[in-house]
Amino acid sequence: MSAADHHEAHHQQGFWRTYIFSTDHKTIGIQYGLTALVFLFFGFCLMLLMRWQLAYPGQPIPVIGGLFSDATMPGGVMLPEFYNSLGAMHGTIMVFLGVVPLAVGAFGNFVVPLQIGAPDMAFPKLNMASYWCFFAGGVVMLYSFTAPGGAANSGWTSYPPLSDIATTGQTFWLIGMVFLITSSLLGSVNFIVTIIQLRAEGLSYMRLPFFVWAQLVTAFLLLLAFPPLEAAGVLQLMDRLAGTSFFLPSGLVVTGDVLQVSGGGSPLLWQHLFWFLAHPEVYVLILPAMGIVGEIIANNTRKPLFGYKSLVYAVIFLGFMSFIVWAHHMFLTGMGTTISAFFQTTTMIISIPSVIILTVFFISLWGGRIRFNTSMLFALGFLPMFGIGGLTGLPLGLSASDIPLHDTYYVIGHFHYVVAPGTILALFAGIYYWFPKVTGRVMSELWGKVHFWGSIVCMNFIFFPMLIQGLMGVSRRLYDGGASYDFAEPVIHYNTMMSHAAFALAVFQLPFIINFFVSIKKGKKVDDNPWHATTLEWAAPSPPPHGNFDAIPKVYRGPYEYSVPGAEKDYSPQFEAEA
Amino acid sequence: MEHFWGMTEIASAHGGDIDRLIAYIHYLMLALFVFWGGFFILALIKFRGSRPGPADYAGVKGKFSTYLEVVVALIEAVLLIGFSIPLWAERVNEFPTDKANEVRLVAEQFAWNVHYPGPDGVFGKTSIDLVNNETNPIGLDRNDPAAADDITTINQLHLENNKPIIVHLSSKDVIHSFGIPHMRIKHDVIPGMSIPVWFTPVKTGAFEIACAQLCGLGHYRMKGFVTVHEPTEYQAWMDEQAALLAEEGEGDDFWD
Repeated sequence: MSAADHHEAHHQQGFWRTYIFSTDHKTIGIQYGLTALVFLFFGFCLMLLMRWQLAYPGQPIPVIGGLFSDATMPGGVMLPEFYNSLGAMHGTIMVFLGVVPLAVGAFGNFVVPLQIGAPDMAFPKLNMASYWCFFAGGVVMLYSFTAPGGAANSGWTSYPPLSDIATTGQTFWLIGMVFLITSSLLGSVNFIVTIIQLRAEGLSYMRLPFFVWAQLVTAFLLLLAFPPLEAAGVLQLMDRLAGTSFFLPSGLVVTGDVLQVSGGGSPLLWQHLFWFLAHPEVYVLILPAMGIVGEIIANNTRKPLFGYKSLVYAVIFLGFMSFIVWAHHMFLTGMGTTISAFFQTTTMIISIPSVIILTVFFISLWGGRIRFNTSMLFALGFLPMFGIGGLTGLPLGLSASDIPLHDTYYVIGHFHYVVAPGTILALFAGIYYWFPKVTGRVMSELWGKVHFWGSIVCMNFIFFPMLIQGLMGVSRRLYDGGASYDFAEPVIHYNTMMSHAAFALAVFQLPFIINFFVSIKKGKKVDDNPWHATTLEWAAPSPPPHGNFDAIPKVYRGPYEYSVPGAEKDYSPQFEAEA
Repeated sequence: MEHFWGMTEIASAHGGDIDRLIAYIHYLMLALFVFWGGFFILALIKFRGSRPGPADYAGVKGKFSTYLEVVVALIEAVLLIGFSIPLWAERVNEFPTDKANEVRLVAEQFAWNVHYPGPDGVFGKTSIDLVNNETNPIGLDRNDPAAADDITTINQLHLENNKPIIVHLSSKDVIHSFGIPHMRIKHDVIPGMSIPVWFTPVKTGAFEIACAQLCGLGHYRMKGFVTVHEPTEYQAWMDEQAALLAEEGEGDDFWD
C-alpha cells in the first residue's frame, strides 16, 4: 500500500486529531506559523520596551509602564535587571521561537512536501512531536518571566560565569533551550529523510526548487550544529543545580565573597560550544529566507533563475563552511595569530558563496518582465538589505578591524540587517506568496504594499544609525544606551529617532495583522495556481486536502521554466507533460 | 593621524593602522553596494512588467559576474594577508617587554581595579582570601616584600605618553571587556585567565574605559578613566601615590 493510498484510507478524525494533535504536515506547518508569528510579535514588543528606555533613559513609560510589577518597573521606570532580561529574551525569542520556527517549521513543513510531490512528511508523528517540543520550550520561556528575579538576563549568548550565577530565570532558559533544540533535531531528521526519499517521479536533485535545497542544507545544519548546545545547556544546568564547575574557574570572588564552588572549569568552553551552534544558526536563519526569495524572484521575473547550478553548489558549500567559522565571534578572548588567521580566512571564504547567491538573484532580474506584487516587493527588499548585512560583516570578520567594533552597536546593526530587513522581509514575502495555497484566497495587495513600504523605511531608520553608533565605539547591551559615556555624545541623540522609528514600525505591522486575518475569511478567492507558477505545490488544490494531491504528480522538467521560447504560455510547470 | 569617518580621535600608535584597514573595507563595501544598487535599480526600471515583449529565457550571458566575484575575493585576500593578519600579529606577538610599563587590571562587577607594580617593577602577591571590597579589592598581600611599594587605584588608569603599556587583564567574577575606544584597543577580561594586551598612548589627556561585555545589571556604568601624562607629570603622579601609600598604607580612590 503506497503512502497515498494509506492516506486516502484514513477515516474522518475528530477535532483534537485534526486541528491540535495533527500529524498532517500542513496543519503542523500552520501551527508552527501561527505560534511563531505570535512569538515574533511578543519578542518585538520586548524590544519596544527597551527602545523606550534607550530613547528616554530613566523616564517612566507612559500608560503601560504602570502595568508592570515593582520588581521590573517601579513607578513605570525600567530597572537595569529588567532591561537585561528584555535583551536576553528578545534575542532568544526572535531567533529560537520566531524566525527559525517560521522559516523551517512553518514554511519548511507546509511547502517542502508539496514542492517535492509527497503526500506528507516521512515521519508524521515525529513531526507532531517536534512541534509540541517547540511549544513546550516556548511555554517554559514565557513562564520564566514569572521566576524570582525575572527571566534570564545574561544575554541570548548566556556566557558563564555570569549566567552560572544568575537568577532562577536562567534555569528556565536552559530547560527551554533543551526543548527547542530537541524540537529542531526531530524536525531536521524528518526533513532530510523526506527530501531524500519522498521526491515524486522525475524530480531529480537538479530539478529541486531552490527552496527545497535551502531547506535540505538547513536541516543538516540543525542536525549537526545543535547537539553541542544541547550538551552545553545540560552542563550549565548542572553548574547551576548540581554544584558542578564545567564553566567556572577556581578562585572567583563575587561581590566580595569567595564563590564556594569546586572550580577548575573554563568559561571559554561554553563560548566554543555555543558558537559552534550559533554560527551555523545564522545560516539556519538566512538559507530558508534565500530559498523563499529565489522562488518569488523566478516567478515574478517570469524567467529562469540565472545560474541555478551555481546557486545549489554555493548553498551546499556555505553549509559546509558554516561549521568552521565559529571562533570569529571570539577574536577578543585571547587568540593567537595562527588560530585567528584560520578563522579569518574561513570567514572570508564563506563570504564568497553568499556573494554568489546574492549576485545570482540580482542578475536574475536582468531580462525579466518584473511583476511588482507584494510578495515580490518584499523579496526585492531583501536583496539590498541582506547586502548591507553581509557587507557590514566584513570589518567584523577580520580580527584587526574587529578590535574597535567588537561588542558595539556595529555588531547589532550588522546582524539585524541580516535577520530583520533581511530574513524577516523574506518571510513576509513567503507569507504573501503562499497564502493562497494555504487558504485558497489572496491577501490584499494595497495593504500589503503599505506594510512593505512602512516596514522597510522604518527598519532602515532603526538599524542604520546602529552602525554609526558602533563606529563611534558605543557598547551593546547598555541600559542607558551609552548616555554615561562622553565619547558617545556625538551619536547618542540617534537613540530617540531610532526608537520613534521602532514605534512606527509597530504601527506598520497593523495592516499586516488585519490583512492576514481578514483575508483568511474574506480575501479574494483564486484558483490553484494564481501566480502562474511552475513548481509542484501549485499542482495541488488550494487548500490541499489530506494527502495533498488528487493524483501524485510526475515531474517533467526543471523548477523555473518560465518564458520558454516556443511555449504557448509564459510558464511551463514541472508537472505538465509536453503538449 | 587620520581617524576613519565617524570614529573617535585616535590616541594610540597603532590606531591609525586599524582605522586604515576599517576605511579600506568600507570603501570596498561602498563600491559593491553602489555598483549592485545601481544595477538593481536599472534592472527594475528597464525590465518592469509594463514594458513590451516577453521575458528573456536565457537572461544574462557571459562571465562578467564570475570575474567580479574573483576580484572581490582577491581584494578580500589582500585585506586579510596584507593588513589584518600582520596587524593582529603585532598586537599579540610583539610585546615590547623590555621598554614598556606594566600594570594589572582586575575587573569586577562593576569596577576596574588597577594594580601598579611600584618602583621595584614587581607585582606583589595577591590572594582571594585577602579580598576586602572596602579596603583591599584585589587581595594584595602587603606582607610580600614585592607588594610593599605596589600602588592600587579604582577606575583610574594613569599612563605615560609615548611609552608602551602592557595591561595584564584578569577578572574576579564574570567576563568583562576592557575597551578604550580612543586607543583602538579592546579585549575580553576572562576569570581564571590573565591576558596581556599592549598599546602605546600618543596623546596626553583623559579618555574613557568602557566595559564592552555584558557583566550584570551595572554593566552600563562600568566606566573607567585613562589619564595619559607627559613623563615628568607621570613620575610626579607616581611619587604622589607612593607618598600617600607611605602615609595611609593604601592607594588612591579620591576621584570617586
